[in-house]
Amino acid sequence: MNRLEIRELVVDVPGRRNGQALTLSVEPGQVWGVLGPNGAGKTTLLHTLAGLRGPRAGQVLVDGRPLASLGRRQVARSLGLVFQERHDGFPATVRETALIGRHPWLSVWQMEGGEDLRLAEAALERLDIAHLAERLVSTLSGGERQRLAIATVLTQAPQIWLADEPTNHLDLHHQSAVMALLAEQAAEGRAVMMCLHDLNLAARWCDHLLLLYPDGEACWGPAESMLVPAALERLYGQRLATAEIDGAPVFVPVR
Amino acid sequence: MPVPSVEAGMTTPQRSLWPPLAVLALLGLAALLLSVTLGSAALSLGDVWAVVRGEGSSLARTLILDLRIPRSLSAFAVGGLLAVAGALMQVLLRNPLADPYVLGLSGGASVGALAAMLAGLGGAVITGSAFAGAFLSTLLVFGLAHGTGSWTPSRLLLTGVVVAAGWGAVITLMLAISPAERLPGMLYWLMGDLSYSRSPWPPLALLLTICLLLLPLGRSLNVMARGPLQAAALGVNVRPLEWTIYLVASALTATAVTTAGSIGFVGLVVPHMLRLVLGNDQRLILPACALAGGTLLVLADTLARTMIAPEQLPVGVITALLGVPSFLFLLYRSR
Repeated sequence: MNRLEIRELVVDVPGRRNGQALTLSVEPGQVWGVLGPNGAGKTTLLHTLAGLRGPRAGQVLVDGRPLASLGRRQVARSLGLVFQERHDGFPATVRETALIGRHPWLSVWQMEGGEDLRLAEAALERLDIAHLAERLVSTLSGGERQRLAIATVLTQAPQIWLADEPTNHLDLHHQSAVMALLAEQAAEGRAVMMCLHDLNLAARWCDHLLLLYPDGEACWGPAESMLVPAALERLYGQRLATAEIDGAPVFVPVR
Repeated sequence: MPVPSVEAGMTTPQRSLWPPLAVLALLGLAALLLSVTLGSAALSLGDVWAVVRGEGSSLARTLILDLRIPRSLSAFAVGGLLAVAGALMQVLLRNPLADPYVLGLSGGASVGALAAMLAGLGGAVITGSAFAGAFLSTLLVFGLAHGTGSWTPSRLLLTGVVVAAGWGAVITLMLAISPAERLPGMLYWLMGDLSYSRSPWPPLALLLTICLLLLPLGRSLNVMARGPLQAAALGVNVRPLEWTIYLVASALTATAVTTAGSIGFVGLVVPHMLRLVLGNDQRLILPACALAGGTLLVLADTLARTMIAPEQLPVGVITALLGVPSFLFLLYRSR
């Protein structure tokens, strides 16, 4: 089972009163989208779920075991996070960067072997950046770096995916390709949760949504019940026009 | 399915680690041999071989066994310690410009050593006092950088730079008030001088121990270089690892400074040059730093002893004169 359970979780957003406690479960096969305006705490929520920061209250469970009781390495084997920001102090090639995804799987004495290299190469191939394998990361465009970050987590091969705006910097084709990749991960039995800014990507690809309001209020549930124009307009403080294409709703901000 | 080829700079499979290390080890050995034969009285390799076999004149025996070999080994150990400390500091601060002295370590050590010299004390007291100074500086910087919140690389760096500036002022003050006859000794110590070094074995043993200790941490350090959050997400226990790096780098630097005074540029230039040539895999870079740093300082010390023999130059001047142009050249040529 690759379930991510959240029980009575209050995320520690600096300078904000306790928000509503979250209790939900990201089941294998589900794709959850987290929507909310800037500063609503989407990134903080993902970092809390990955155990990178403590919650104010409540619990996160990975496969039924509390996150706090697991070692970092154990967590990294079941849960991967695509960061929104990344820093590179030292020059590194694209292949080396994808390969660090193998870190949690290797013992301290082990070197990366042929199998690890094969996984990294396959991930680069999957994200259309295999031809850049020898390039230095610092010479890549923003979209190529974004795809490399996803390839690194693909190399890590976690059962639970957390992705912080995975479509940032991506062109239209690669936005769709990355969403298809995440949906495919879910279809193979993994649990996926991602923060998104694009309502229409969320409407098209996510089966469950969590709406985070700036005042700490939250609501969650199956996508079709959450995609109510009135609720979304309140979420962003923006009037929306709605249309329907291919059976999925499309939202356009009204001037 | 064809196996992907292994390009230069790709350090994935195990075998690619050893050739560069073997080359560096041979270079180190050659430098040590050269330094033992060269000096105010030049000796042939035959003379050295005779002494090693237990023969040769008593003058040659004294020269080689009591003077040159201990001094060359000290130089090797100090160079290795500084280079490894520099590489560690650069990973810890995620700043390629960090060096072992950046956190005020050499300043603290220098103030300790100069105070002992000013008081007219010598030998072991200078060494002990320098070590105490380095240790005090470490605690000061780390305690202050910790402050009330968490420490970030930029905060640690700033605290270190300011503390180092403070030590610099104290050093200038001590030089200004010290009697003229003590000045040359103090200046030589500040520029780095291996004639103060005592037994080479403690620093050599420390260098070897630390290199072995760091071996299993190599891949974690690689991940750390990508930032603490990324490292934590990939299963690294960030805080304990950061403490380990900091304490190890401090101990290495303190040992180096107390053995040979403050020698600049080795800790900054050697890791850099190696990264430009070998890539940035710490499993390769750290042992390579130990070997290349040692080799560089042995050569620099040999030059310092022989250029205007029988007079000696401070070795720190030589490392700077050698290091700066070669570093600039490599940087200019790198992609």
